[in-house]
Amino acid sequence: MSAAAHAEAHEHHGPPAPHYSSRIKPETLGMYLFIASEIMLFGSFFTAYFFVRIVNGTPWPTPPYHLPVFVATINTFILMTSSATMHWATVSIKRGNVWGMRAGLLLTFLMGLAFLTSQLFEYMRAGFNTSNGAFPTIFFCLTGLHGCHVFVGLSILAFMTIRAFRGHFSAEHHHGVEIGGIYWHFVDVMWIVVFTTVYIL
Amino acid sequence: MRNPLRSEEVAFRFLGVVIVGAAVIIGAAFINTWLGVAVAIAAFGALARWLMKEPVPGAADQSPVLSSGTPPGTHRVLVVAPPGTGASAVRVPDGSEALVVVPAVAATVESLTGAVDDRRSEAEQTAEALQSHLPDARVEVGADDPALAVEDALRVFGADEVLVIGDDELVQAIRARVAIPVSGA
Repeated sequence: MSAAAHAEAHEHHGPPAPHYSSRIKPETLGMYLFIASEIMLFGSFFTAYFFVRIVNGTPWPTPPYHLPVFVATINTFILMTSSATMHWATVSIKRGNVWGMRAGLLLTFLMGLAFLTSQLFEYMRAGFNTSNGAFPTIFFCLTGLHGCHVFVGLSILAFMTIRAFRGHFSAEHHHGVEIGGIYWHFVDVMWIVVFTTVYIL
Repeated sequence: MRNPLRSEEVAFRFLGVVIVGAAVIIGAAFINTWLGVAVAIAAFGALARWLMKEPVPGAADQSPVLSSGTPPGTHRVLVVAPPGTGASAVRVPDGSEALVVVPAVAATVESLTGAVDDRRSEAEQTAEALQSHLPDARVEVGADDPALAVEDALRVFGADEVLVIGDDELVQAIRARVAIPVSGA
């Protein structure tokens, strides 16, 4: 064996690098599969919503209840802005701007928290609950399901933010920020659909 | 097909598309409910068309043709023997190192559903029979597609030629996938 081959053999430790037949990284593929299952879950809730509202012909919102559209609109703006700050964080770390990423992640987390807190207050002041019929049940199920996703997104964001402040990400290695960002945008896309169908139309 | 969540940047752009789409549907619905429904159908159609527009990356690429190398002074032969091949049908050239691959050939439905246990069992029986007849050769069971079985084998066994026990169609299929001589035995 030549000296170069010897050196190469000594540099390599452990098993050989795994061969991936897919062009997608396993972590990203995992997130895609998770999101695909989430879309199916939301799909089942939307099916119930459309059944109650269109097939069953239930008035929406059922009188005498009213939906807090104004608060939800403010919440929508908060969530959309949080997507922008999430994008800012990703762009920043891609350019090597660590403090930009940290600020972006922190702002995203705070806005997500504001959204969730505001939604909890909205629930407490709604004036109806799940025992009041199909309309409130579907309303709480759909918005609650989305709220759960925001909570999961916040948990991911919390980990990302802590890691960011510990110096875990760099311009070359920021996969954790990228995947978390994809999930956060997915949560926001789902909110647009929920907001449009439940509150506006 | 386009992947709207391929990266954070693409996902953010997709969010923008969804916001604009929702705004257009809401605007149309406020004018007239049925107009809103029509716009929603059109928007979903446009979205589906946009998602389908981009081809799958790499789908049109030619699959790489495998070449193979052997150590100097040796002659290695890869033999493809489908299940049921009799021991007398396999002839390894004298002085050659041989690897005999028995592909667990399965029907399309069986492959798609993964119901290949019986086919694999048949291939194993053939492999055992061939191994007893060819003690100097290595006999293995391969993938359910013979060409794929050859590709897999060549990754671990550099061969100078491939001998295929089977019809011309099978020989041609394997020849299209490898860059070493392939002949029918």
